[in-house]
Amino acid sequence: MTRGVELIISLLVVLVLFVLGLAILGYGRDTGYILHGWLIAGCTGWAAIHLITKLSDPAPDIPLEYKDDVIKWGVLACFTWGVIGFTVGDILAWQLAIPSLNGDMFWSNFGRIRPVHTTAVIFGFAGNALIATSFYVVQRTSRARLASETLPWMVFGGYNLFVLLAVTGYPLGITQSKEYAEPEWYADLVLLFTWVAYLFLYMRTLARRAEPHIYVANWYYLGFIVVIAMLHVVNNLSIPVSIAYPKSYALFAGVQDAMTQWWYGHNAVGFLLTAGFLGMMYYFLPKAAGRPIYSYRMSILGFWGITFLYLWAGSHHLHYTALPDWVQYLGMTMSIILLVPSWGSVFNGLLTLNGAWDKVRTDPAIRFMMVAILFYGLSTFEGSFLAIRPVNTLSHYTDWTVGHVHAGALGWVAFITFGAMYKMVPWIWKRDGTYSLRLEAWHFWLALTGTLIYVGAMWNSGITQSLMWQTYEPNGSFTFAFIDTVDAMIPYYWARAIGGLLYLLGALIGSFNIYMTVTGARTTESDGAGHPLARQAE
Amino acid sequence: MDTKHAKLERNGIAFAAAILFVASLGGIFEIAPLFTIENTVEKVDGMRPYTPLELAGRDIYVREGCYACHSQMIRTLKSDVDRYGHFSLAAESMYDHPHQWGSKRTGPDLARIGNKYSDAWHVAHLRTPREIVEGSVMPGYAFLSETRLDTARLPASLTALSRAGVPYTSEQIAHADSDARYQADRDANYEDALIDRYGEKVQIRDFDGQPDKVTEMDALVAYLQMLGTLVDFENLNEEEIAR
Repeated sequence: MTRGVELIISLLVVLVLFVLGLAILGYGRDTGYILHGWLIAGCTGWAAIHLITKLSDPAPDIPLEYKDDVIKWGVLACFTWGVIGFTVGDILAWQLAIPSLNGDMFWSNFGRIRPVHTTAVIFGFAGNALIATSFYVVQRTSRARLASETLPWMVFGGYNLFVLLAVTGYPLGITQSKEYAEPEWYADLVLLFTWVAYLFLYMRTLARRAEPHIYVANWYYLGFIVVIAMLHVVNNLSIPVSIAYPKSYALFAGVQDAMTQWWYGHNAVGFLLTAGFLGMMYYFLPKAAGRPIYSYRMSILGFWGITFLYLWAGSHHLHYTALPDWVQYLGMTMSIILLVPSWGSVFNGLLTLNGAWDKVRTDPAIRFMMVAILFYGLSTFEGSFLAIRPVNTLSHYTDWTVGHVHAGALGWVAFITFGAMYKMVPWIWKRDGTYSLRLEAWHFWLALTGTLIYVGAMWNSGITQSLMWQTYEPNGSFTFAFIDTVDAMIPYYWARAIGGLLYLLGALIGSFNIYMTVTGARTTESDGAGHPLARQAE
Repeated sequence: MDTKHAKLERNGIAFAAAILFVASLGGIFEIAPLFTIENTVEKVDGMRPYTPLELAGRDIYVREGCYACHSQMIRTLKSDVDRYGHFSLAAESMYDHPHQWGSKRTGPDLARIGNKYSDAWHVAHLRTPREIVEGSVMPGYAFLSETRLDTARLPASLTALSRAGVPYTSEQIAHADSDARYQADRDANYEDALIDRYGEKVQIRDFDGQPDKVTEMDALVAYLQMLGTLVDFENLNEEEIAR
């Protein structure tokens, strides 16, 4: 595809979204919805003008260098959404400890704010980390520049527009209330177009590679892109009420909708929060440690095991519900087998450090990555364990689930991200290293302490509450009213809020460190990954 | 294995296609059959689509994200059934687009909350929950009492739902707006028409204690008061619900 054709197709897509934005502006009746119309029309209108200018310009000379400018913006977006997401998360934690903090206003209640936290962290922080690092990794491992000058910006811009639409919508009451898929149909459309562009760009860049083989990190990034596309489309099938309102109704109902939702929900964890970050691990860990990946064969088994098994495991979120039993047992079985490829990846990561274990002590970035792998091992073991039906009777509907998710999100996803960012930021900005190793260490210890307090508190509160729910008097009546079991949670809610605060503090120190690194002195040294071999003709 | 995989690693398109194929199997074998196997959703007496007012209440429940703290799924466990009532049937959420089964009980399950408390209790509790239940951590929703319900959008809502498979008749769609307003007004002398369209169990009264206006509180309380009350458990066929 020539540059002209690509620009024209991009322009057409942008114009379709521009018309959508205008229609929302013109017909919309709700405040938040009209605000979103302005946002969509404004962003896509600006993009359209930019594309038209490019079309009339002569083709620019593409330098024989990696395209890193968009990655820098990705790093900025990652840290910005991260700090927003962690802050809102901790506010929610305090709302549970001190309920009057809800404010009891329509926009400030727990129910409306909670998806702001989950979306800002999962899609804003983690998603931007994946897009930025995937652009970095695919170029280095393919020895080719990204296959387009405009598409990376469209992907970055479209994706962040989606996150912005999502988090500004919830406080104003725009949500589908499908867990982790809350954004309404028009935001889903923005993400859909963006995602197709992302897949296309990724495949085109891979096709340009100067290496015969596709490196293992790219398998995981590709798995993340392909599977998220499938999940997003199927789970968000819905029928909008009219162009005048943001509201839509899910196409599926009841038991089928529940199963589709958790097929989606569990694999948003499996392919966004797991596969994508394994891709990150498979590049940044060996690179930072200066050791090759321990086992090629284990990489293959791990990758296909995860790709096959994860998609069957969603039904363990629905044990003992109205979902037919055969689906529950199938999901439980697959969830237990899933431990094998998961721990395969754990060992492959840890054994890669053989011969470089001294660096865990001296380099906080590698320490972040090593502990991330430990947390990955812990959460995947815990996940398989909680998927066993009798265990699930104890954990389900309680804080244990919340603790499990955060062991994965705080301990694995964010730790591997921080580790990778502390390496990648000096590389792409051409700095000698980060601004301060001491601050990196402070960040590490604050984050670790915060995570342990958080997860420990949630294990305790979850098991306590569940046991209280199931305690009977000799005469067959319940020992505890529901509200008694809420009362018992308060100390744990406080502990969790304090743990979250420590984690947030660490992230702020990390952001400061990254900022000082970026504004610090340049070095002339290259990142050691060299230059692209494949010459791009745009 | 290594050599075959090495070949796959050289072809990006084939690799992406292989991922899509392998990853789609779980959904094909676990989700698709739920649409075709007949006894996935039991045949029970009493289920009907939501009335327009209940639907408006459900939309508010969805808008406020109540599912973040309240489940609507009583499991088959003894401790669930003893506390909340008969375990939830798949049929009971057959018209729920989307489902609100939830994943967390920071507060109690609501699947059978209908008719357990008075309207006045619900209104007072929703307005200032921490004053009504000591030790509660629930946020207050006083603004619902002050917000007039937008009933004009309901015909479009029913139409959208009928496109998704909810059996609303054209008559129900045409009267959705007035049906919603009159269900919250006992004095409208409209009972017969509502019962004609939605059956005996429709609860018709002023729910929020403000007879002069129809508010979002009316709608939400009307929804809560019917939750779990539709299925006729007396005439339940045990074989039909056996899992």
